[in-house]
Amino acid sequence: MQYTLLILVLPLLSFIVLGLVDSKWKPKVAGTIGTVVLGIITALSYLTAWEYFTTAKINGVYEKIIPMHMEWIRFTEFLHIDLGILLDPISVMMLVVITTVSFMVNIYSLSYMHGEKGFQRYYAFLSLFTFSMLGLVVATNIFQMYIFWELVGVSSFLLIGFYYTKPSAVAAAKKAFIVTRFADLFFLLGILVLSFYTKTFDFGILTAEHTTVFAGSAGATFLGFGVISWAMAGIFIGGAGKSAMFPLQIWLPDAMEGPTPVSALIHAATMVVAGVFLVARFFPVYYFQTPEVLHGVAYIGAFTALFAAVIACVQTDIKRVLAFSTISQIAFMMVALGVSGYEGHEGTGFMASMFHLFTHAMFKALLFLGAGSVIHAVHSNEIKDMGGLRKYMPITNWTFLIACLAIAGIPPFSGFFSKDEILSASYEFSPYIGGIMTFVAALTAFYMFRLYYSIFWGKDYTVKAAAHGHDDHGHGHTPHESPFAMAFPLVFLATVTCFAGFIPFGKLVSSTGADYIIHIDSTVAIMSVVIASISILVATLMYRKPSATPDKLEKTFKGLHTAASRRFYIDEVYLFITKKIIFNSVSRPLAWFDRHIIDATMDGFANTTQWVSVRIKGVQSGQVQQYAYVFLLGTLLIAALVFFI
Amino acid sequence: MDILNNILAGQVPMELYLGVSLIMFFAGVYGFLSRRSMLMILISIELMLNAADLNFVTFNRYLFPGQLEGFYFALFTIAIAACETAVAIAIIINIYRNLSSVEVGNLDQMKE
Repeated sequence: MQYTLLILVLPLLSFIVLGLVDSKWKPKVAGTIGTVVLGIITALSYLTAWEYFTTAKINGVYEKIIPMHMEWIRFTEFLHIDLGILLDPISVMMLVVITTVSFMVNIYSLSYMHGEKGFQRYYAFLSLFTFSMLGLVVATNIFQMYIFWELVGVSSFLLIGFYYTKPSAVAAAKKAFIVTRFADLFFLLGILVLSFYTKTFDFGILTAEHTTVFAGSAGATFLGFGVISWAMAGIFIGGAGKSAMFPLQIWLPDAMEGPTPVSALIHAATMVVAGVFLVARFFPVYYFQTPEVLHGVAYIGAFTALFAAVIACVQTDIKRVLAFSTISQIAFMMVALGVSGYEGHEGTGFMASMFHLFTHAMFKALLFLGAGSVIHAVHSNEIKDMGGLRKYMPITNWTFLIACLAIAGIPPFSGFFSKDEILSASYEFSPYIGGIMTFVAALTAFYMFRLYYSIFWGKDYTVKAAAHGHDDHGHGHTPHESPFAMAFPLVFLATVTCFAGFIPFGKLVSSTGADYIIHIDSTVAIMSVVIASISILVATLMYRKPSATPDKLEKTFKGLHTAASRRFYIDEVYLFITKKIIFNSVSRPLAWFDRHIIDATMDGFANTTQWVSVRIKGVQSGQVQQYAYVFLLGTLLIAALVFFI
Repeated sequence: MDILNNILAGQVPMELYLGVSLIMFFAGVYGFLSRRSMLMILISIELMLNAADLNFVTFNRYLFPGQLEGFYFALFTIAIAACETAVAIAIIINIYRNLSSVEVGNLDQMKE
């Protein structure tokens, strides 16, 4: 399967070409090139997936295939950085997810970004992102993964800051980059510690079932935990940074400053699940070597899921609601990995996590693209500027509804199947985690339908447009359905969302590579569907027609509401720690020391030299005879010294 | 008196030659340091070179009779002095064209 290399090379070429010619080509040409390249690699990914899942089974287990491999840098006899392509069930699945969503976003952007300044640049960055993300998932070793991991981070930075004239977008881009980079520091430390003790970067060796590379680290402990535990925890922190786990989730809501298709691609479907993918990639190591870290993943995931779901209930910016929903859903995947066992039925969590990753990528991209379509129509992100849009935007309405039902976990939409597996895996691990996750699922259904009704139902749109729309934006026109290029991705993703649940996912992706038969646990399934339905019902009662109930509730729980809408003051805590504590007690004294001690010493040398040279420059008078006179005196003096001493 | 007799007899002692050379050399040094005209300074330099030539010849004649190195060196020095004078005169002429003066005290424009 040599052609898989093309999947990486084509978007890179597209990035280089589009980036170099920039505005010399017409926007249409750039958009076409980007989209066509994505179309080709999407087709190639499907071909790869088809070929892989039909042929690669040996003894009932999907083998790892490495179609390309080369040594890049050799450090020691054992330690070398390689570049290559690794195909196994999860990376092939990721190829399909990434290229599909990216392709849809490329088509969507043709219309959504039409007429934007920097349209060509936008497509160049999209290609760069797709290239980096694909490189990340097919990495054969952890160092290659780290390289692409950083590339993904930088392309996310570039795309969030796409509207670089807007200060809030620039700030958001910086925030995203710094927070994820801070987490990546731990990732790098984890990699270094891990490779120091195991003498290898290679996934194949690290994640083999009966691997011996960890023997060298036996007994090596640090602060009461084994060094491998520290390394794996560091690697998880790197993943938590990219996947916006608590307390590193602060960058994701702000990242919504980027163009909406970018949010759909990077901050909903692909990049933010990189952390989940990382944990899944290292799953055997976590499970066999450091189960305590894996349980930590589960607890952090459960807390993040709850935390983000509560905040999502009170946000008023539709993209922020979706952002917190994304955090919550990724946390679901993390929980599933954390509670998973390894073989057979025990491995439900792993399979469910990957399944949810797949379905979530589709319906969350759909939600974001739908939100983009709404924003395109009403020119606002705020819920208060919307309402009653179902009459004007039927396609967006229906596709958004499908996605909402999917994320709420209503059968037969895809979210039901994956979420149900996660819930049953959680209940098997611990009833408490299961209970929390069920509660979060209920909250999810509630806030998604709050969002849905607020956008498409509720108060009538035209009334508000007359009162508010004209003077505010100068767009007094009635909202209209989006053009074909935007509607097509919506319909496509909605179709996938309808049917993805019936993919025999367990047969394709599982922790060991062996078949896993999904059987729906009827108790859990019925319970979760009932709870989700109740939540939807509550949301319907509260938001379908304009009613006073939400305001009343808001007044009753004023403290909680304010805290949640301010995101529980986590940002303020960060600002306090950085600005007040670190800046004041560390950075400022250090800056003072630098300026007044180190710089001053150097300035002192320069000033002394200058002072001396000003003083002695009179000696050089330009009078030749004076020089000769001094020379003569000197000669005589030396002669005298030679003779008399 | 002995010296005078020797001189009259055609036997001049070496110290006398050296003394003449010394006087010539320091006359040159004094001229170099005190004259204002560059031409005079050039002549002073020639005087010092000639003093050195005289030393060469004297030492060859008195200390190594029968050998020729000192004489040859004197010839070399004369040749080099001629070249040097030619170059120096060229420089002086150019300075005169630019500054309308050959006063050495005026030539301090390049000190900075």
